Amino acid sequence: MNNGSAWLPEQASTLAPEIDALFYFVKWVSLVIFVGVVAAMLYFMFKYRRRDAAERPVPVKESKLIEISWVVVPTILVLIVFVWGFQGFIKLNVAPPEAYQITVRAKKWLWEFEYPNGTTTVGEVHVPVGRPVRLNMSSEDVLHSFFVPAFRVKHDVLPNRYTSVWFEATRADTFQVFCTEYCGTQHSGMLAKVIVHPEAEFREWLNSGGGNFDEMPLPEYGAILYQQQSCNACHSIDGSSGVGPTFQGLYGAERRFADGSTAVADDNYIRESILQPQARIVEGYPGVMPASYGSLNERQLSALIAFIQQQQ
Amino acid sequence: MSATAKATAAPAAHQGASYNYLNHDKSVWSWLSTVDHKRIGVMYAFTLAIVFLVAGVLAILVRTELYAPGETIMGPDAYNQTFTLHGIMMVFLFLVPSIPAILGNFVLPIQLGAKDVAFPRLNLASYYIYLIGGVLVVSAIIFGQVDTGWTFYTPYSSDGGSAVIFMTLAIFIAGFSSILTGINFIVTIHKMRAPGMTWNRLPLFVWGLYATSIVQVLATPVIGITMLLLLLERVLGIGIFDPALGGDPILFQHFFWFYSHPAVYIMILPAFGIISELIATFSRQRIYGYKAIALSSVAIAMLGFLVWGHHMFVSGQSAVSAVIFSLITYLIGIPSGIKVFNWVATMYKGSIWLQTPMLYALTFLFLFTIGGLTGIMVGVLAVDVHLHDTYYVVGHFHYVMMGGTVMALLGGLHYWWPKMTGKMYNETAGKIAVALIFIGFNLTFFSQLILGSQGMPRRYYDYIPAYTGLHQVSTIGSYILAAGLFLVLFYLLWSMFKGARAPANPWGAATLEWTHCTSPPDPHNFHHTPLVTRGAYDFHLADEVFGAQSGDGAGDGAHAPARLAGDGRVAEPQ
Repeated sequence: MNNGSAWLPEQASTLAPEIDALFYFVKWVSLVIFVGVVAAMLYFMFKYRRRDAAERPVPVKESKLIEISWVVVPTILVLIVFVWGFQGFIKLNVAPPEAYQITVRAKKWLWEFEYPNGTTTVGEVHVPVGRPVRLNMSSEDVLHSFFVPAFRVKHDVLPNRYTSVWFEATRADTFQVFCTEYCGTQHSGMLAKVIVHPEAEFREWLNSGGGNFDEMPLPEYGAILYQQQSCNACHSIDGSSGVGPTFQGLYGAERRFADGSTAVADDNYIRESILQPQARIVEGYPGVMPASYGSLNERQLSALIAFIQQQQ
Repeated sequence: MSATAKATAAPAAHQGASYNYLNHDKSVWSWLSTVDHKRIGVMYAFTLAIVFLVAGVLAILVRTELYAPGETIMGPDAYNQTFTLHGIMMVFLFLVPSIPAILGNFVLPIQLGAKDVAFPRLNLASYYIYLIGGVLVVSAIIFGQVDTGWTFYTPYSSDGGSAVIFMTLAIFIAGFSSILTGINFIVTIHKMRAPGMTWNRLPLFVWGLYATSIVQVLATPVIGITMLLLLLERVLGIGIFDPALGGDPILFQHFFWFYSHPAVYIMILPAFGIISELIATFSRQRIYGYKAIALSSVAIAMLGFLVWGHHMFVSGQSAVSAVIFSLITYLIGIPSGIKVFNWVATMYKGSIWLQTPMLYALTFLFLFTIGGLTGIMVGVLAVDVHLHDTYYVVGHFHYVMMGGTVMALLGGLHYWWPKMTGKMYNETAGKIAVALIFIGFNLTFFSQLILGSQGMPRRYYDYIPAYTGLHQVSTIGSYILAAGLFLVLFYLLWSMFKGARAPANPWGAATLEWTHCTSPPDPHNFHHTPLVTRGAYDFHLADEVFGAQSGDGAGDGAHAPARLAGDGRVAEPQ
């Protein structure tokens, strides 16, 4: 939460300063009202404290003027913030027509992003700086919600229709994405990153089909895929038990399955577990891994297996 | 009049009633089969205390897990079930019935000058229906391993099986008890007021309960309709909420909040009533803007039905409806604000006595004002997009629900405790507990407001390390808060056995349960039907409070009013 203030996180979209201004306006007006109420309360507490058990105060006459003023003044204040909030809401909801469009698919518990040229990423979305980007989102299972605190944008992602958010990032950096609609066991692990590039760098990244990993050694590429494909949402590498078994010490170990059979976790077993997760379920774990990893190519599979092999 | 009743009238005034609703028949069966509104109130108090204890311990478990990122004391599934159980129990089994069922049952008929509620047997039935609903809710959660949060949004909640149907059924049954209580109160208020108890003389607690009852009767059926639709979908395969069948998950959210937002007013309106009683009595001043407070409760009850969509600004409902819901939300904020200003103004030129119940009322004013103002913040459309489903919302509704309703309930419980039990609690212990609760509460929930505006999403088992510091402040605060609440439990239980006997009117209050009733009350409340000649807070006319004969101010807990209006008349101004 670098660069943020005490109340709000860093600002990194064109709309963030406007929304923050409204936040601070409401905060300061609220603070003035709150201090007024509490100060009056404390003053009366002291000034009119009971000195004698037999005190019988004279009834206070109600003042129409005072009563009308504390109806009218708050009404004016809330109408101001209503109109202001309404204008901001419209801006948040209407993407500029020239916005660059990225398709977002959410499912338990990962985010998948697809670019106009077919490039696909999981767990990170790459966008150009200084250009409006519109995310067209849908869910493959339950409700999710796409939230980037630094951009001040959020919208629920639904299984039966498209919803969208748009933003224009103001600087090249990496920002946190949260899922903010409760979606089960790994809801808090359903994270992603927005990686903002300068325009040229973004083009280069996009044309290389999502980064050039051809030269990279397999285990290193596997480590990237482990994050990108959100394997880390369910499978730890430190031995702790998540939704799925940990990768630590997995390679070469004997696995015991729900049907009582056993097998040694070799290359072919891991390959099968990635491509057909339901084929053999390790005892004690739910069979909830999506079958969507069938689209990984040969090199990506080898990289992941090499990465798992390293986790001893 | 019976001989026993006659015999009690005189000594009762000084030393508590020796013949009263608690001891006139001590058998267990006499409690379980009682139709006495006071005993039913006490039974609710015990039952709800257990619910609050269990749900509170669950909250402590949640806070402990969040003390550090990653696994602290439990795994993700256990965590999700724990916060779900905490939310459902607190909202549906505790907050919704709390004040009306405990204090409303006990106090309302006496404040009206009535012998009981209009339908005493129905009142007992609603207690048992609540018990059945409560058992069903808890078993549905535990056997169904419900982990959906208290909002059980579809399709997540309907994916796992039928748990959501059992859940809504159980909540509807528990809610049915609210419907019956609501009908009972509405009829009682309309038909059983003592002679002279005009609408303008009604204590504001009664007005609060009246508004609440309207909401209970009108809103609760919606949860039953929701359950029926879920059932139709599952059994007949009609697509209503499930997108796989062509249904719409947002429709479920509309149904859910169409009940659950008015339910927020079921929780807070009776609290407003208690605060009016406390501030007037302990300021010994007529409530400022009585009519404004009474009618704003009714206005809130009506408008409360039209704002449910403000829970759904980023859900995918149309932007036009979001805008309309935002506007109505502000309109409902105004009457709540008026009440706060009126309460503060009531203290002006009063005679302010800082006993434990008043300290709770002042705590309420402090916390509820924050709750209300943060409510304005999340009602701002563009800002809510950022704050929705973060800890800011969690902080906001705890300021309203716990800082509002629970503080008022605690204040009311301390206020009416001498009347209910005939015993005084230890005042010093009471003040220490208020201080602990005030400090603990603010540490727990103010840190959550900051966490939320910094982006921390709610219902997260794990979190990024940047949020650790504020989570730790919140967890430590929750321990202080719990210590304060356990202290309350301890000294209240202590007072039941060892407490000093309570006089009839220890606070010098001016409503009928204090001026015309022994502590604890007679099984029939009054020996004669009282005749009311002044408003509920007309202390300047309330000579009986000040002991027209003994001439001292009473109200210090040591002296009872000298005259327990033997002829049932409230003294005329002299």
